[in-house]
Amino acid sequence: MRYLPLADADRSEMLRAVGAGSIEALFVDVPEAARLDGKIHDLPDHASEMAVERRLTALARKNLVAGDVPFFLGCGAYRHHIPASVDHLIQRGEFLTSYTPYQPEIAQGTLQALFEFQTQVARLYGCDVANASMYDGSTACWEAIGMARRITRRGKALLSSGLHPHYVSVARTMARFTGDRLETGAPELRPEPDTDALAERVDGETSCVVVQYPDILGRIGDLSALAERCHAAGALLVAVVTEPVALGLIRAPGEMGADIVVGEGQSIGVGLNFGGPYVGLFATRDKYVRQMPGRLAGETVDAEGKRGFVLTLSTREQHIRREKATSNICTNSGLCALAFSIHMTLLGEKGLRQLAEANHRRASEAAERLTGIAGVTLVNSSFFNEFTLRLPKEARPVVRAMAEGRVLGGVSLGRLYPGEASLANGLVVAVTETVTGEDIEALAAALEEALA
Amino acid sequence: MTMNKEGRPTRPEVAAAGPAPTFTGNRALMLEEPLLFEIGDGETTGVDFDPASPAGDDRLGGLRRNRPIGLAGLSEPQTVRHYTRLSRQNYAIDLGLFPLGSCTMKHNPRLCERMARLPGFADIHPMQPVDTVQGALELIVELGRWLVTLTGMHSVAMSPKAGAHGELCGLLAIRAALEARGDARQVVLVPESAHGTNPATAAFVRYRVESIPANARGRVDLEALRSRLGPDVAAVMITNPNTCGLFEPDMVAISDLVHAAGGLVYCDGANFNAIVGRVRPGDLGIDAMHINLHKTFSTPHGGGGPGAGPVVFSEALTPFAPLPFVERQGDHYALVEEENAGEHHGSSFGRMVAFHGQMGMFSRALAYILSHGADGLRQVSGDAVLNANYVLRRLEDVLDAPFGASGPCMHEALFSDKGFAEGLSTLDLAKGLIDEGYHPMTMYFPLVVHGAMLVEPTETESKAALDEFIGALRSVVERAKAGDESLKAAPFHAPRRRLDETQAARKPVLVWKESPAAEAAE
Repeated sequence: MRYLPLADADRSEMLRAVGAGSIEALFVDVPEAARLDGKIHDLPDHASEMAVERRLTALARKNLVAGDVPFFLGCGAYRHHIPASVDHLIQRGEFLTSYTPYQPEIAQGTLQALFEFQTQVARLYGCDVANASMYDGSTACWEAIGMARRITRRGKALLSSGLHPHYVSVARTMARFTGDRLETGAPELRPEPDTDALAERVDGETSCVVVQYPDILGRIGDLSALAERCHAAGALLVAVVTEPVALGLIRAPGEMGADIVVGEGQSIGVGLNFGGPYVGLFATRDKYVRQMPGRLAGETVDAEGKRGFVLTLSTREQHIRREKATSNICTNSGLCALAFSIHMTLLGEKGLRQLAEANHRRASEAAERLTGIAGVTLVNSSFFNEFTLRLPKEARPVVRAMAEGRVLGGVSLGRLYPGEASLANGLVVAVTETVTGEDIEALAAALEEALA
Repeated sequence: MTMNKEGRPTRPEVAAAGPAPTFTGNRALMLEEPLLFEIGDGETTGVDFDPASPAGDDRLGGLRRNRPIGLAGLSEPQTVRHYTRLSRQNYAIDLGLFPLGSCTMKHNPRLCERMARLPGFADIHPMQPVDTVQGALELIVELGRWLVTLTGMHSVAMSPKAGAHGELCGLLAIRAALEARGDARQVVLVPESAHGTNPATAAFVRYRVESIPANARGRVDLEALRSRLGPDVAAVMITNPNTCGLFEPDMVAISDLVHAAGGLVYCDGANFNAIVGRVRPGDLGIDAMHINLHKTFSTPHGGGGPGAGPVVFSEALTPFAPLPFVERQGDHYALVEEENAGEHHGSSFGRMVAFHGQMGMFSRALAYILSHGADGLRQVSGDAVLNANYVLRRLEDVLDAPFGASGPCMHEALFSDKGFAEGLSTLDLAKGLIDEGYHPMTMYFPLVVHGAMLVEPTETESKAALDEFIGALRSVVERAKAGDESLKAAPFHAPRRRLDETQAARKPVLVWKESPAAEAAE
């Protein structure tokens, strides 16, 4: 067994030292009836690296790899180019095989990287402060709703119809048990997001308004007036960003008055991975920091006065506060946060702007080309790298037909909103810097063929 | 002095003086590294872009950014150096024994890393048509099947993202099951030795948390439990093996009592590594248990995550499991989501995450399980328990082992600070261990033991590695007992001396800011 260093001679010697006749004898507390003495049902014995590799490679080959085909899926997970050095650096054993930095003297690498990550996220979101990561965007979103409840002591949250339906679904699950009241609805295929309509519904019972920016259809709406309305009513504005690259080009939600900004960080540094692991980003104003969930790295000094970093404000957290904690989160998404931070460091201000510009131009080009197809119209009046097309027929079979021809042409709203007839013809198309001019032509051709 | 022909000394001379402070603050291979924002700037980038398509009018709805973000960039060589230098300030399993009790810091096989990076797993989108991701769904089903087999349970929910998220999943299913039978029970009982996530999770689901005491043998006090059970108790959350590193021998009786009182049993599976392949929680009457894939099945901890926390369910709780769900239908693998759940999964408590869970952890965990196989997994728990008992017995003459007399421990050995000289604490001992080149054990947990030290060596340590660790620990313990005051100032040889946590909490500095002077100069 290549992963188990004890030899039989070691085991015998150690058993003698502990005064046990066999390893089985160490399990004396397990009732006889509950002991599994035979073989584990069906599971084969140990296997070589080569055999395991063969088996998993065979499974991997059954999937259609995004990078092998013209690829246009988004809706909360985006395919961007990740520089080679990112994966190299996160595989350094000192990062990969370290633990939560509870012993700061020997975890300064992780702690300083987290402090830098927090700074990057706070600045990107236009907020004062960010935490050291959450599981993903959807769980960060419901944690934000819970935080707004604690701050405002109110229990009604208004969810924009443009919020990712999975995020809504997660919030709905939690609300069923936490007692929050959620108001929500499916989006309409209109050019503008529902920001104005939301503002009208804010009242004295509202804890927060949750709005996605850009929204699930790719539309971008100014949040300033909504933020003012929320604040006038004593409510908080929670902004959700599923595509952080957008913030290289458009204004940050924090600048427009959002009180809590959360989102998915996967686009920067983390691959598609069929949905996980991803990295939840969570930022807010200084004054709310003690109501924040999750770990925080903070600056301090050591006994010799040298600058160093520690996990701090942990009286918010479960290992100290137990049932009074702000969240039950423990393990977060540390290594993905590191990947985000390294990729963001490589980009810098200039690179992120260029990346965002490249996405927007490519998407504009695609929108232009695709709306040239008879019967296909653009829903959005604004977008960053993702927009919604209204097709002359139901989009879901169109997506399947295109996939059969090895073009992954977008996400149908029928998949996201099953049963919503008014959305069935909607197709959400994401266009990142990885898309080439030939890819756009391939999509146009596949779409024309599927619509014919 | 010995010299070669060119006059270069070839033997060290006896140093007349100690080291002078260095100009850089570095100490040879111990390299200081400034913050990214102190070395990078807004104009430097480590990424080149292909020529962009021609600019047209933007479609940004008038929301183009009108001020800089304030990010700092580095070129690729600078980036690689920055993070390589930072990495060297971390302790890691790859460097040495990492005996953090309850965390199962074992070797992370690199085959698993390679498998997770196969483009067929790493480069597929969660919303691709299901016909294009059949291999991924098959992998999830296969891993789920082994988790169910190893635990003897009825079904598994794969989507929870970590242990605490798995606890939440389990309690939501319990709450949903009780509500479905019109039962409004309000109390969850948690042993006082439980992980903090247990009460935090129960409180999140709006249960009232009550503590149940441990007996003198470090186990759940069965009589106290029996007398507290009643029609208001929704569930008992139990860790087994428990956080004292002991198996709960009365587990079946506990489950029977809870069930007889109309409640359900949640098991915190954080310590499954001790029993994998030897005991099936399903045979102990458990209704739900999460499995930390990043512990038992060795997906890397990565400095705090990501993890994965699939939850196995008994038959009673299976109908309430969360969405989505992968299901084999003949030769085809289907995703059961909101739209088709109604057909045969209508009682599900709903969705916990966007998409389908931690695929990158699933591929690693499956590679780990197939590599070890039935014989290897049994050896894993056997060696983990043997290593812990070896540590326990080789140290109990110098360290107080409060439950050492009650028999063998499971995969971790628990000690207290009894016998330390006045003024010296578990923290001092831990910091002393850092100077010996080890990551300390878990300190001050579980709460039932004074100055607790919980040592989990794991099965991936050799006897030689254990012997050296035991030697180092004995030496530090003897210093603590002898009142060696220098321990209070340890560590001396780490990248940093003891850090001021009080200052960090009183005046939180959580993001980097330009110093006022630098800002004024701009």
